[in-house]
Amino acid sequence: MTKATQAELDIAAVRRDFPILEQSINGQPLAFLDSAASSQRPRQVIEHQVDYYQRYHANVHRGVYTLSEQATQAYEDAREKVARFINAQMAQEVVFARNTTEAINLVAQAWGGANLQAGDRILLTVMEHHSNIVPWQLIAQRVGAQLDYLPIDGDGRLDLGVLDTLLTEQTKMVAVTHQSNVLGTINPIPLLAQRAQAVGALLLVDGAQSVPHMPVDVQALGADFVAFSGHKMCGPTGVGVLWGRYELLDAMPPFLGGGSMIEVVGLQQSSYAEVPNRFEAGTPAIAEAITLAAAVDYLESIGLERIYQHEHLLTSYALEALSEVSGLQVYGPPTMDNRGGAISFTLEGVHPHDIAALLDEEGIAIRAGHHCTQPLHRVLDQNATGRASFYLYNSTDEIDRLVAGLRRAQGMFRR
Amino acid sequence: MSSMYNELILEHSRYPSNYGTLDNATASDEEHNPLCGDQIRIDLIVEDDVVTDIKFSGRGCAISQASASMLTEAVLGKSVEEAKAFSKDDLLELIGIPLQRNPVRLKCALISLKALKSCLYGTGTVHSDAE
Repeated sequence: MTKATQAELDIAAVRRDFPILEQSINGQPLAFLDSAASSQRPRQVIEHQVDYYQRYHANVHRGVYTLSEQATQAYEDAREKVARFINAQMAQEVVFARNTTEAINLVAQAWGGANLQAGDRILLTVMEHHSNIVPWQLIAQRVGAQLDYLPIDGDGRLDLGVLDTLLTEQTKMVAVTHQSNVLGTINPIPLLAQRAQAVGALLLVDGAQSVPHMPVDVQALGADFVAFSGHKMCGPTGVGVLWGRYELLDAMPPFLGGGSMIEVVGLQQSSYAEVPNRFEAGTPAIAEAITLAAAVDYLESIGLERIYQHEHLLTSYALEALSEVSGLQVYGPPTMDNRGGAISFTLEGVHPHDIAALLDEEGIAIRAGHHCTQPLHRVLDQNATGRASFYLYNSTDEIDRLVAGLRRAQGMFRR
Repeated sequence: MSSMYNELILEHSRYPSNYGTLDNATASDEEHNPLCGDQIRIDLIVEDDVVTDIKFSGRGCAISQASASMLTEAVLGKSVEEAKAFSKDDLLELIGIPLQRNPVRLKCALISLKALKSCLYGTGTVHSDAE
């Protein structure tokens, strides 16, 4: 690591890159603490998308005229850039999807449809987002496969003691989140990859909460598939990435049918394009993919390790400050060991929706609800929790405001 | 000062009216808000076309609890006809906070009304005497 990447983030400078953060909400400066749901975008990313629409928009892989060639080049350059960003072996391993959800559905339907049989088992964890549960339910119901779930311990970490019982020769797929969007837990992916491989199962990693926040090297993880979304990493909505090992993608049948994904179309059947085009039916999210490359540039200009360290400091600061609020319960690891910047909590006597609404009156944006993790919330025995999540533009001042706001909410509801 | 959490809402959420369940309900319904995972259950007794008792239970935010509390107060002792005629606007007027531009919280406010209507129109669980 160079000196520059070790230096702390210049928050004031970073914040100046994000026009949306300049505004006031309800008369208070916006404190945006919901980046786990969707991050904000810097000027550099917004301008990149405008520039595309103003100068070289055309459909890709179709025209032989200048604009189409420029758009196609930029789209494929974006694929190259994303591939380097996650250390894929080659650009063809990067499939542009709509988001993490669609990427996981692609694997469940295309890989699962061709490879899963009645009696096979799929291993998930109770901390998964609905996007890494429901796609597996759909394919399991179709082929007669069964779902198993790794439980968590009291600190919100995976209970690996039962891994041997749940991960067996019948297990064909292990699908697990890299970082929980609720608990903040960072899961031991290399270990799970090794154990999955030992029984001949594949490993899919939901990287929606990790790829934006820390350096992720898909080869070092040992995973077979990794899915993530553009809009959580300072990029646009509408584009996400499925990375898969080339041999696996190459052996998979198509997911959606249509233009771009074919080789020769007959009346009764067709042959299909090579990967990754085989999985990109129809006009793709061209502007969004090209803009995602600008988001990668932006994040790399700051440094993923530096972003990770910044969030580490913020989360540690927040856990300490929140521990002093009476009646406040944090769900998830109490220490910073393998823990990322999402903190979910309840406050005695105040429903999470009311907390979020009262904080909004002070310009503070947090999430309230089940955060698309109903099975996890059942384990936590809560209908809903509040969640504050951090990114490169957040500051300890904003955490102080959060804590003060929580105390005020508690005061209002005191009987 | 808070625009949404006036004293009325806070009082009803702290000390809700008609909170509980009815063993001898003639109709019950439970509604879920998939956005937040909250649920509200309404139990009521209709005798001679009059709502003679009504209780609500379940977990939810202050808006949903206060709204259910006020709704049960409003329809207790009313005829089934009157209770059926009790509208969304009637309930919003009772609650007295501006929710029109807040579709998420509007759902919280109206979840108890949905449960009530299911009870009255027989789409919820209708308990016959045979049960």
